Amino acid sequence: MTLTVLRSTRQGSWEKRILKSLNSMCTELSIPLARKRPVGEQKELLNKWNEMGTDEPDLSLFRPVYAPKDFLEVLINLRNPNYESGDSLSFRTHLGLIQVPLKVKDIPELKEFFVELGLTTGQLGIDDSTQVPPELFENEHVRIGQKVLTEQDSAAAQQYIRQGSPTALRAELWALILNISSHPEDILYYEQLKTNVIQHDLLVDSLIYKDVKLTASNDDYYFVFEDYLYQVLLCFSRDTSVLSHFAYNSASPPKSYIRGKLGLEEYAVFYPPNGVIPFHGFSMYVAPLCFLYHEPSKLYQIFREMYVRFFFRLHSISSHPSGIVSLCLLFETLLQTYLPQLFYHLREIGAQPLRISFKWMVRAFSGYLATDQLLLLWDRILGYNSLEILAVLAAAVFAFRAVNLMEVTSLAAAEAVLADLSTLKVMPLLQIFLFATVT
Amino acid sequence: MNYPHTCCLPIPTDPAVQLKLHQDLPSGCSFQTPVTLQEIMFKNYYTAFLTIRVRQHTSTHTPAKWVTCLRDYCLMPDPHSEEGAQEYVSLFKHQMLCDMAQVLELRLILRQPSPLWLSFTVEELQIFQQGPKSPSMTFPKWLSHPVPCEQPTPLLEGLPDPSRVSSEVQQMWALTEMIRASHTSTRIGRFDVDGCYDLNLLSYT
Repeated sequence: MTLTVLRSTRQGSWEKRILKSLNSMCTELSIPLARKRPVGEQKELLNKWNEMGTDEPDLSLFRPVYAPKDFLEVLINLRNPNYESGDSLSFRTHLGLIQVPLKVKDIPELKEFFVELGLTTGQLGIDDSTQVPPELFENEHVRIGQKVLTEQDSAAAQQYIRQGSPTALRAELWALILNISSHPEDILYYEQLKTNVIQHDLLVDSLIYKDVKLTASNDDYYFVFEDYLYQVLLCFSRDTSVLSHFAYNSASPPKSYIRGKLGLEEYAVFYPPNGVIPFHGFSMYVAPLCFLYHEPSKLYQIFREMYVRFFFRLHSISSHPSGIVSLCLLFETLLQTYLPQLFYHLREIGAQPLRISFKWMVRAFSGYLATDQLLLLWDRILGYNSLEILAVLAAAVFAFRAVNLMEVTSLAAAEAVLADLSTLKVMPLLQIFLFATVT
Repeated sequence: MNYPHTCCLPIPTDPAVQLKLHQDLPSGCSFQTPVTLQEIMFKNYYTAFLTIRVRQHTSTHTPAKWVTCLRDYCLMPDPHSEEGAQEYVSLFKHQMLCDMAQVLELRLILRQPSPLWLSFTVEELQIFQQGPKSPSMTFPKWLSHPVPCEQPTPLLEGLPDPSRVSSEVQQMWALTEMIRASHTSTRIGRFDVDGCYDLNLLSYT
């Protein structure tokens, strides 16, 4: 359920801002939102479909519609008109940036929810390190994983993957949990989307190009997948089946009218066809999946399912426990409750912790962690069917670097301490924060 | 903070009785003739606990007493947070502590112990009384007493064996059913209008 305050006021005005931004880009650059490609251009695109990355179009005039920090400003300004937020400090004053009193789990509840991450349960990411003999845990865990795959038991796979997935089995396990199977009609559907890309040119295509060039192409791990990213994201924009997720998403897809038919309902269409306008960093949702899937239609299906199940919650406003607002509040509450000195210190120096961790959570840590660690994290997102682990990890990272953070005296210095997460090991951090910290 | 809202407003006995509750006006309702209540529906607005009391008609001349039929029903598991604050709630007579027959007056008591909320109430209150029982249906005799099997007519010359024909037709039917069942429900979604998707600007409405 989305609260009226979140649904009507802020999501509405935020969406309007996005629409205005896109419209002004159209008028400034004199580029239509969508147009049919001339036949020559269609042939050209079809020929270089597998190497769109070699194209170097002039994207200097395009700018991302919004970046995570713009979205954070909107979330910071969310207010409930029925909420008594007086000036005097009370037992419930929120010292963080989020001022909406949503219910979030505390550590005892998180320990119960994430019970399989406990100290006495074997984990991939901890108990498969080189010092640990594989007979103790890893061999048996792999054997169970193979059995789950043979039985094709989706529920068992979801339970199993809470302890992590062996690298060799991960692609199949994720497909099993997400109910993705490659029937001929799925491949046909993807080919149809590809045809739609060839036939119609959309403004969002340029936004996608720009985003891939700015983010994934600059990343040491993901630049090799640049072509795949175009093949997935351009098709994603044309996929009308994604519209069905708006039934449980508080956002609404943007609307437009066929040229010359303004106001006529039979000429009203959604734009882009899937209703999702990409923002800066959007391509990072796809990039890690390229390590697992190499067949474009399968990669596409996996990404689409991950988006409509999880990722959309990271950039739309709702009161869902896995929604970005709840994740931000969970992060701030965990920090405030269990690291009060650190929280207070960072506030005092003008470095509200959420300003640093927000970008990690919005991207589900993609591009910040090493890929093997990221995949272990995403295993748990699938296993627990929840994004709350992102907030817990963010708090665990702050806890890990608390000593250094206590010594900084500015936001920039705090950012510097937390700039490089590529050496972090995700599972030990989570385990220590949840199960081994004296509270 | 305990705001017992009490009072009696005379209203007609419609099957669905709708009331608008104000914070500074006491709230509840009374019925001109005793009714049997089936269901109470409302939209919560930051009320944490709900108590419902009814006054029932008694056959003797003793004055009717107020009886609690729902005590401190929890609408918000954590009164300080948003969970449950704006939910739609339905309460049925089987959830009540007492029989909901012969109800003359109904009183709603709303409690919200948290100081965080500026106001609390319930909205879109609807009260339903028990509807008439559905009429019993009598089935036609031939439904419950099927006729015995008829004798098969003698085979005409030159025609194939009917049982063989029927089994072949059955096989064909099974095949068509299989094909129909495997027909994919995936739609090749069209986003254009008659092949045209030329758009200029987004619409704000």
